[in-house]
Order: sequence, then C-alpha cells, then structure tokens
Amino acid sequence: MTPPNTHPYLLESASQTAGPYVHIGCLPNDVGLPMYGGANLGARMLGDGFEGDRVTVRGRVIDGTGMVLRDAMVEAWQADAEGRFPPDAAPGFHGFARSGCDADGVWTFETTRPGAVPFADGRPQHPHVTLMVFARGINLGLHTRMYWPGADLDGDPMLARIEQRERRETLVAREEDGGLRFDIRLQGPGETVFLDV
Amino acid sequence: MREMTKTPGAKGGLIQRARGVHPPAHDPAYRTTVTRSPRLAPLSFPSGPAEETGPVFGHDLLGERDADLITNFTGEEAIGPRIVVTGTVRDETGRPVPGALLEVWQANAGGRYRHARDGYLAPLDPNFGGCGRCMTGEDGTYAFRTIQPGPYPWPNGMNDWRPAHIHFSLFGHSFGQRLITQMYFEGDPHIPLCPIVGTIPDPDAVDRLTARLDWQATIPMDTRAYRFDIVLRGRRQTPFENRPEAL
Ligand SMILES: [Fe+2]
Repeated sequence: MTPPNTHPYLLESASQTAGPYVHIGCLPNDVGLPMYGGANLGARMLGDGFEGDRVTVRGRVIDGTGMVLRDAMVEAWQADAEGRFPPDAAPGFHGFARSGCDADGVWTFETTRPGAVPFADGRPQHPHVTLMVFARGINLGLHTRMYWPGADLDGDPMLARIEQRERRETLVAREEDGGLRFDIRLQGPGETVFLDV
Repeated sequence: MREMTKTPGAKGGLIQRARGVHPPAHDPAYRTTVTRSPRLAPLSFPSGPAEETGPVFGHDLLGERDADLITNFTGEEAIGPRIVVTGTVRDETGRPVPGALLEVWQANAGGRYRHARDGYLAPLDPNFGGCGRCMTGEDGTYAFRTIQPGPYPWPNGMNDWRPAHIHFSLFGHSFGQRLITQMYFEGDPHIPLCPIVGTIPDPDAVDRLTARLDWQATIPMDTRAYRFDIVLRGRRQTPFENRPEAL
C-alpha cells in the first residue's frame, strides 16, 4: 500500500540490503580486489597532519542468537576535539571512517575524542560518534551512536530520551586495552538502541 | 554553547524518513532478517549537526577508470552485455544533489561475484572485478559503464534466484541521507519472485528501483544505456525554524 505522501515532492528511493558482498563494493582492498590505488574509502579517520590524541575503537556486531557477524560493515562519522565537523574541522581530521568485520568479527577505527556537539535544540551533547551498520539481512542500514565513557545517562539530551534507563547503557563504550570497546547487539537481550533521525 | 538564530531561507532539519517506502527490518521470507532485525522500536528525535553534516568527497578522489567496470580491474575488457547506467540523484524536495558519491558492486555476466564466499558454478571473468564508483556533477547526474550482471542463486529458500541487479551505496551531503540500495532491470521476470525485492512493501517503490532501457542514450553498435534515478532524503526548507547557529 502506498503510504500517504506527506513529502513535499518526491519519495526516497527504497533501501535494500547491502548483501553478503558489501565488502566488494565498499572495502574492495580487504577482499582481494586491488582497487582505488590500494586505499579503501574511509580507511583513516585521522589523516596526515592530524595532531591530537588518538584512540582505537573496537567492537563486534552480534545477532539475536549471539553469533558474531563477519560480513557486516560499520561506518563512523563524528566531530573533532572542538566539536567541529569537516570541512571546518582540524587539519587532517576526516571525521569519517568505515571498517569491515574481520575473521573474528571485529571492526575497528582510530579516532580522537570529539568535543560537544549541540542537540537539535542547541543543548550540548556528551562526546559521541554516529555509527551506521550495513550487512546481509539488514534491510535498512542501522543508525546508532557510541558515546564516550562517562556519559551522563540522565543529563545528555539524547540519552535522556530513551525511556528504559538501562537501555541507555547500550550506547556507551567501555575502556579496554587502552582503547574503547563497543559491541552492537542487533536483537535480543541488551539490544542496542537504534535511531530513526 | 552556540547561539540560537532564526534565518529565513536557511535549511531546516532532515525530513522524517518515510518508513513505508523502506522494507521492515523483519521479514521471514528473507530468512537472514529473522536474527538480524532489531525487535524494539527505534528512537526518533529532531536531527542536529551530527546527522545533517556528512563526509564530503571531492572529484579528485576518483581515478581515471573508477567509473568503468568493464576495464577497471585489469585494463582488459570484461565479458558481457555492455551497458552505461546514468541517472540523476535528487533529494526529496526535488533538488539535484551535486557531489554525491556512488559506489557500485555487482556479479559478473554469469552471476558470479569475485569473493571467497561465492561458490556459484558460473566462472569468474579474469577481467572483471565487480566494483566501481562515480560522483554526480553540478546537475546531479552520474554515469558509469559496466557489463549487465547475470541472475544468480542464493541460499534462502530451496530455489531462490536474485534478479540481475547492481548494488548502490550513496553519500549525499548529510550522513543522515546515507542509503544503500539495489538497481534492477526493466522486464526481468525474477523481480516479482525475489524475497529480497519482496521485502519492499510498496510495488511502486520497487518500480522506482527498476532501471529503464534508455534508447536515446544507447551508443550504436557499442553500448546500451539504462536510466536509474535516485532520491535521497531531503531537509525542510522552513523559514524561521529554530536552528543552532552556523548550520
Ligand atoms: Fe548481489
């Protein structure tokens, strides 16, 4: 059934799953296709000339049975340490990274702790990175956020909107091995809060 | 904290996503969705700079052969029906989206992907890698050249085949516009049989993912053309909307 057209002109193109071979299209150099001068798009959030603290973020994507996905792709977008987004960000700060899940199901990228970015009403938010998850079996890319540890679960304007207080913790990373660890649970106990923004 | 301001004509927030045009997360006919679909409702709130900004890629990103899947793997020509795919990327307000990055990937003419986990009987083509990319110009149009992919079987039901398709990944100007989808070919009888196509609830939305043969753009004795227009999310054009400054 056609939904009522509440849009001004056109309807968005429908999403379809990224399928099992999303790495061919988006991370070809990871799957044996030497393309684009050997550099995948989004290979580095922090480029040449970036000066500042660096932290490695690692995580997994886990399905409703507890199985770890190896065919997913995770993308990250965030502000620099001053809360500025490219093209107005610090030199060498790209703001964008993407990673496939490796043989152990781990995705990773290196970044820096972002500054405060305003919520839609202008209130500052705790440092966070926007994440998108694409994979076979995911019909519309899943949008979520990873917050840096120490987020105020009741004070952050976005986190405070999550009705079940314990679910807010699904969006906060923990410190591990000198970096940050953030697992994304697609379904079931501890299901990550996903966003429709 | 930034000052609030009201600027007539400034861009507003992202228009709420029309969920009815997208597949639901859970669709048992596409079996992998059963364990990979969130069960709880997503959280909505008005977009802010985190969703309204996005990575900007310059045309200097592109290599000479990036948009030519026929030759971009080895320099030699891939086997299969030669096609050009063109179209316009617009947002929901109807405006062209210049500088959008499109990444595409697909099976070869026999329906085989160059991937360790694709075990289909059809042979690999030594000159076909299966990925490419291009960007839209100032008028929102894009073009790439490739070979028409073949249909292929996939493990789902006992006998499921994918229609011929090309995967598309798009970046507009906002990260909230991010879209991954697939393009189908006009007249392919596999389209109504496919459980992945079938996740889309609206037949009109499937029709909009179906490229049309573009006879006028066909290059005689060389390459046929298919036309595939894409719509990304838009932003409200609302004067006097309260916005944090500098957006
Ligand atoms: Fe495919």
